[in-house]
Amino acid sequence: MAHTAIELNGISKSFGAVHANRNIDLKITAGTIHGIIGENGAGKSTLMSILYGFYQADSGRIQVAGKPASIKTPSAAIALGIGMVHQHFMLVENFTVLENVMLGAEGEALLNTSIAKARDELERLERDYGLEVDPDALIEDLPVGLQQRVEILKALYRGADILILDEPTGVLTPAEADHLFRILRQLKEEGKTVILITHKLREIMAITDNVSVMRQGAMVATRKTAETTVEELAELMVGRHVLLRVEKGEGRAGDVMLSVKNLTVKDSRGVTMVDDVSFDVRAGEIVGIAGVAGNGQSQLLEAITGVRQAVSGTVTLDGTPVELTGEADPVDLRKRGMAHVPEDRHHVGLVLPFEENENAMLGYHWQDKYLKGPLLDIEAIRDDARRKIEKYDIRPADCRLKTANFSGGNQQKIVLAREMEQDPKVLIVGQPTRGVDVGAIEFIHRRLIDMRDQGKAVLLVSVELDEIRSLSDRILVMFAGRVVGERGPEATEGELGLLMAGVEKKEAAE
Amino acid sequence: MDFFTTLILVLDSTVRLSVPLLLAALAGLYSERSGVFDIGLEGKMLAGAFAAGAAAAVTGSAWAGLGAAVLVSVFLALVHGFASITHRGNQIVSGVAINFIAAGATIILGQAWFRQGGRTPSLPGDARFGALHLPFADTLRDVPFLGPIYAELISGHSLLVYLAFLFVPFTWWVLFRTRFGLRLRAVGENPAAVDTAGISVSWLRYRAVMCTGLLTGLAGTYLSLAQNAGFVKDMTAGRGFIALAALIFAKWRPVPVMFACLLFGFLDAFAIRIQGTPLPLIGQVPVQLMQALPYILTVVLLAGFIGKAIPPRAGGVPYVKER
Ligand SMILES: Nc1ncnc2c1ncn2[C@@H]1O[C@H](COP(=O)(O)OP(=O)(O)OP(=O)(O)O)[C@@H](O)[C@H]1O
Ligand SMILES: [Mg+2]
Repeated sequence: MAHTAIELNGISKSFGAVHANRNIDLKITAGTIHGIIGENGAGKSTLMSILYGFYQADSGRIQVAGKPASIKTPSAAIALGIGMVHQHFMLVENFTVLENVMLGAEGEALLNTSIAKARDELERLERDYGLEVDPDALIEDLPVGLQQRVEILKALYRGADILILDEPTGVLTPAEADHLFRILRQLKEEGKTVILITHKLREIMAITDNVSVMRQGAMVATRKTAETTVEELAELMVGRHVLLRVEKGEGRAGDVMLSVKNLTVKDSRGVTMVDDVSFDVRAGEIVGIAGVAGNGQSQLLEAITGVRQAVSGTVTLDGTPVELTGEADPVDLRKRGMAHVPEDRHHVGLVLPFEENENAMLGYHWQDKYLKGPLLDIEAIRDDARRKIEKYDIRPADCRLKTANFSGGNQQKIVLAREMEQDPKVLIVGQPTRGVDVGAIEFIHRRLIDMRDQGKAVLLVSVELDEIRSLSDRILVMFAGRVVGERGPEATEGELGLLMAGVEKKEAAE
Repeated sequence: MDFFTTLILVLDSTVRLSVPLLLAALAGLYSERSGVFDIGLEGKMLAGAFAAGAAAAVTGSAWAGLGAAVLVSVFLALVHGFASITHRGNQIVSGVAINFIAAGATIILGQAWFRQGGRTPSLPGDARFGALHLPFADTLRDVPFLGPIYAELISGHSLLVYLAFLFVPFTWWVLFRTRFGLRLRAVGENPAAVDTAGISVSWLRYRAVMCTGLLTGLAGTYLSLAQNAGFVKDMTAGRGFIALAALIFAKWRPVPVMFACLLFGFLDAFAIRIQGTPLPLIGQVPVQLMQALPYILTVVLLAGFIGKAIPPRAGGVPYVKER
């Protein structure tokens, strides 16, 4: 009988009025991979941050390796062999990899000898675990996948025996995720304990030994992974039956609503990110753009929606051209029927300190229905927001709450509600379900299909291959700024995966 | 040779005038690198100058003056820290408050204690930090070219001048070669990263503001015990703000801070030198224009020539974990 690595008893934690954790009990066996799942805002990150000493529980007890532990600071957790890779990385952007890894574990007060030691140790860890990163690279120059390696290396460098990973695969490509799982298995073989938080049930099934489910701050179940199913987990999580794959009928494609011709876009450093891309989106169809993050999808979206200047090419919206100087008037584009759900909802889609009802109409505030003479009609705005909250099941159902206090999935719904309820002709959506739980994903997918069935042209950009395959009528694959292939929805994951990795041409040549 | 002598004289006063700027700017560097913005350099320097003047007048010892100045400005720095680190208040408001308190309190206390209209009594030589004469300064004076440079420019300053310039490489070393420096730079960029690495954000920032207090204390001491013979009201005359400009100008790096302060010191020295003497072609230049020059230069250069000055990313933002 393996011993218990971690035991939590009656952990509770509130942030103001929000009960993030209610009386939680959890037991984690040493040498296993333990999954934790739950809806957005269920309190997973909070619970793990309490275990890591980042937050203090209001009440409850923690035992590590059978002994009562008082974990008041992260340094106490580190001393007990607990390491954590946070959902939002905790890296100093303008430091090198090495500096980030050694920060807080430098050894002596002077750096000259400790740097050399740290470098040797880091290189050894990189070799042992296949976590290659250039120790002298600056974090800000690294793609997120590598930044995550640095986070893992940081934990290993501190000698973690218990490794907590909070949604590590949200930012990874499928290949990177596979690599990560190989490393986690290796850690397990070495007798380390891994706690893995993820929204992807497939990953839970593939790698964990046990899985615990949280709902609205409470721990609702713990199962042996071998004895459960994806369907059961999804139901436990959301509290109702969930359809994991949307059903959709045949699309009826109509006229071309959005047409992109020979579009070339450079990023702020002058690197060509979108290279001579052309495609059409017709009314009543969903065109999905697949690709590994960073292959120009973001810049493509920004150019089409008039945010970023294009170098050359044209974009036509329902027959009339869109200004591509980067100065396009967003109000004008909206008036012409283009709705946009941006990839980065925090920075571009929402003003987080505003109340929900303000964000629910921001960008459309010029419309008569929100105005009373020259002033905003507050009552009309709030009524409108309440309608959207009801229709999109936004929780909590309070239109006066600050947007920052909604969980990620609900913030995404606020943006979707705003853009979809305007009855646009063209809907452009970037990463609609990034970091969103299964219940909300089901809902968002359903709404996107409804939009299509109502005859809207939908352009969907997502790095989630499953999402692209289940929603799109046509799939375009982007690699290194170019569209390298077009496939139907029946395309297999393997086929698309190869295109996304840019290997098609090489293979054809062989 | 006349031009050479003039040049040496101007450079000599450049050094003297840039020292308080340098000490204050290095002071600001510690605090701001840790993510605590400090526009209260001016106030701390002023309070330090007053404390130095008062203590030296009472005890007759320059060292007692120095000690008092450091105590007072470290205390004010801790007040700033308490408001902005512990209570997560607005750092600008706290800094402005300290400037006001220092400006008012120095005059009130000065008048109450010494009754000389806010001044402290004029100090005799040994209650001040006098000029140090480096070895062979007099023998070497007559060596052409190098002699005057050594004797006038390098020798003959007060201890605090040498100390200020030594603080430049020292600060660089602390920042880039010690554990404390690594953590200091990290906490100004991303306090959450420092916190999760197991280091206390508050304690680190408190230590940084204490360094700031120490150095502003030295700056104040220099003003009242080296450059002048006692405290005069408002004697900092905006130097704390010019030091901030130099800090931005130098992008929060120690060696460029020194050059920026020397540049501003030179402008000052030059302005004093040409006062009243019309320049060829231009004619009489108003003093006010010369005094405004450091600010104008900062704006112009920052606007286009030296590129963007990116402050420490977490600067000015209190570290709040739980919303
Ligand atoms: N630092 C904080 N201050 C205030 N409220 C917070 C804080 N962190 C989390 N919360 C709130 O606590 C609740 C639980 O949040 P938590 O981040 O633990 O959820 P989660 O299960 O990790 O969700 P997700 O899947 O979106 O990451 C949410 O309602 C959230 O808004
Ligand atoms: Mg979370």
